[in-house]
Amino acid sequence: MDLFEYQARDIFEKHGVPVLGGVIATTPEEARKGAEELIGRGNSPVVVVKAQVKTGGRGKAGGVKLAKSADEAAERAEEILGLDIKGHVVRTVMIAEGAKIAQEFYFSVLLDRANRSYLAMCSVEGGMEIEQLAVERPDALAKVPVDPRVGIDQAKAAEIVAAAGFDAEIAPKVADVIRKLWDVYAGEDATLVEVNPLVLTEDGEIIALDGKVTLDENAEFRHADHGMLEDAAATDPLEAKAKESGLNYVKLDGEVGIIGNGAGLVMSTLDVVAYAGEKHGGVRPANFLDIGGGASAEVMANGLDVILGDEQVKSVFVNVFGGITACDAVANGIVKALEILGDAATKPLVVRLDGNNVEEGRRILTQAAHPLVTLADTMDGAADKAAELANA
Amino acid sequence: MAIFITEASKVIVQGMTGSEGQKHTTRMLASGTNIVGGVNPRKAGTSVSFPQGDSHVEVPVFGSVADAVAQTGADVSVIFVPPAFTKAAVIEAIDAQVPLVVIITEGVPVADTAEFFAYAQAKGVRLIGPNCPGLISPGLSNVGIIPANISGAGKIGLVSKSGTLTYQMMYELRDFGFSTAIGIGGDPIIGTTHIDALEAFEADPETAAIVMIGEIGGDAEERAAAYIAEHVTKPVVGYVAGFTAPEGKTMGHAGAIVSGSSGTAQAKKEALEAAGVKVGKTPSETAALMREILSA
Repeated sequence: MDLFEYQARDIFEKHGVPVLGGVIATTPEEARKGAEELIGRGNSPVVVVKAQVKTGGRGKAGGVKLAKSADEAAERAEEILGLDIKGHVVRTVMIAEGAKIAQEFYFSVLLDRANRSYLAMCSVEGGMEIEQLAVERPDALAKVPVDPRVGIDQAKAAEIVAAAGFDAEIAPKVADVIRKLWDVYAGEDATLVEVNPLVLTEDGEIIALDGKVTLDENAEFRHADHGMLEDAAATDPLEAKAKESGLNYVKLDGEVGIIGNGAGLVMSTLDVVAYAGEKHGGVRPANFLDIGGGASAEVMANGLDVILGDEQVKSVFVNVFGGITACDAVANGIVKALEILGDAATKPLVVRLDGNNVEEGRRILTQAAHPLVTLADTMDGAADKAAELANA
Repeated sequence: MAIFITEASKVIVQGMTGSEGQKHTTRMLASGTNIVGGVNPRKAGTSVSFPQGDSHVEVPVFGSVADAVAQTGADVSVIFVPPAFTKAAVIEAIDAQVPLVVIITEGVPVADTAEFFAYAQAKGVRLIGPNCPGLISPGLSNVGIIPANISGAGKIGLVSKSGTLTYQMMYELRDFGFSTAIGIGGDPIIGTTHIDALEAFEADPETAAIVMIGEIGGDAEERAAAYIAEHVTKPVVGYVAGFTAPEGKTMGHAGAIVSGSSGTAQAKKEALEAAGVKVGKTPSETAALMREILSA
């Protein structure tokens, strides 16, 4: 889960990383009040109004503006709220204190999938896009492997600042902040903590001016507070509904609803449907839905309910390979789900079953002879049929 | 022969007394796996009775992995404990010097995996998973949750990130059979990679050809492609799932996410093809490519 900048700021503060004062606002009036409060603290005569979006390049898109008074902050917030930045609509702004910046640096620590470890990256040239720096001036970006069993201790932090080439004068201060950023990474189960820019102020302070944090959703069981960080407003209503039922669902924008078991098989099903759609008016998969190992009537009914709630869906493809799951259980699940849904089920279903107890599964569906259900023998054949029905 | 597990493998089950552990131990026993013990400190000295056909098999429960290894000579451990306890279970198995640890558990925090993977590397222990279906050498041994009745033994080696795609591919090629089929899991950090499996299949005299199944996210397939070009002489057929996956959406597996321009199915397909791997557009087409090779 990616966090907004203001959420990253709050988490940084919690772990003792120096940050500037900041408050969030969703209306110009809130922005005015926030700016009044911040200016009143006396740290800075100006504030910065920053769009809160989970994408880069907001500065160029007009999403970051300076304000010299509370009234100005309200005006700037009015301009920024509602902006569309690369498909992300700005619903929240952060009003932040200003800082007199002497120098900008870069720091990140992240999961290094290729080396199955962690990697710290640091540069004395911050502020610019790091991908650009990595390509144009790779020598300016220090990359230091971090042992997951040790983390960033004092010695590792010293190694990182030395590799990046910080002046001896500020190196210890930067190293200290880096160790605190490691506390954020390890303490919050992050897979990315990035600060760009990390700044040296004219007063000689090191401050994390902008932060990007990605949290590991698998670790939510040990962070009761992480669930609250989720961006409910950005979640598709169907995705939210599916999540309530414990289903793994991702909304896409096509016409063929998909239900399958196992992430890989469902991804593959989307592809096969997209290929089949090329012959049937360009219909596309409408969603990803993995019902996992259990395909009880309830799970199947919940899954169908979510998919049929998608108005774009014209047909549904149920693709199950019975490994542990028995196909007769899946078939019974489909039959009962259609009973539960009754008149709410209005779209044709193409069902392909293979594997464990497939004969019995097919027998159950054949016997039920539900008018909406078509049985198919192969995955490719079923995809073709489902695409054809969606294009009818 | 086969890779990683054979009829000689002695397997213990961590989490055998839990519901998932019991269910799958029953299945593993039924497919001929030599299960020599389970581990549960609170039930040490007892045994669990598993129905097999008309009778039962008694499997002893040990108080620790070290005890189980000392008394049975176990050389494989398979882990079915919940995510919050997985790290401790894996570290216990590594400390007991079990050479192969298969982690079925889904939902393990990646920080835990990073930590126990680094520890396993230092101690020379092979991990498979987490979040994987395990592996099967049909007719010899079955460690994990892969159904034993999909396909028998044969000359194809299969390595896949996905469980159900493993089953699908085994089913499509069941008339040829498999030396070993291994599901390596879809998490961002996994103990055994495509490359590790390719290396083992290349060295295995009983494996004639290899199917490699990948999916979006990371660059493991690209690196496997580079490895194949350099080191693999046996024919390899590939399949990559997730061509239609949009950027920034996680597709079920924690590792299956396209970020920016990296991790796309198209890039993986191109890398594999450049390494001489024939890549199918669908599982069936992939199976057909393998069929051609083996029938030639």
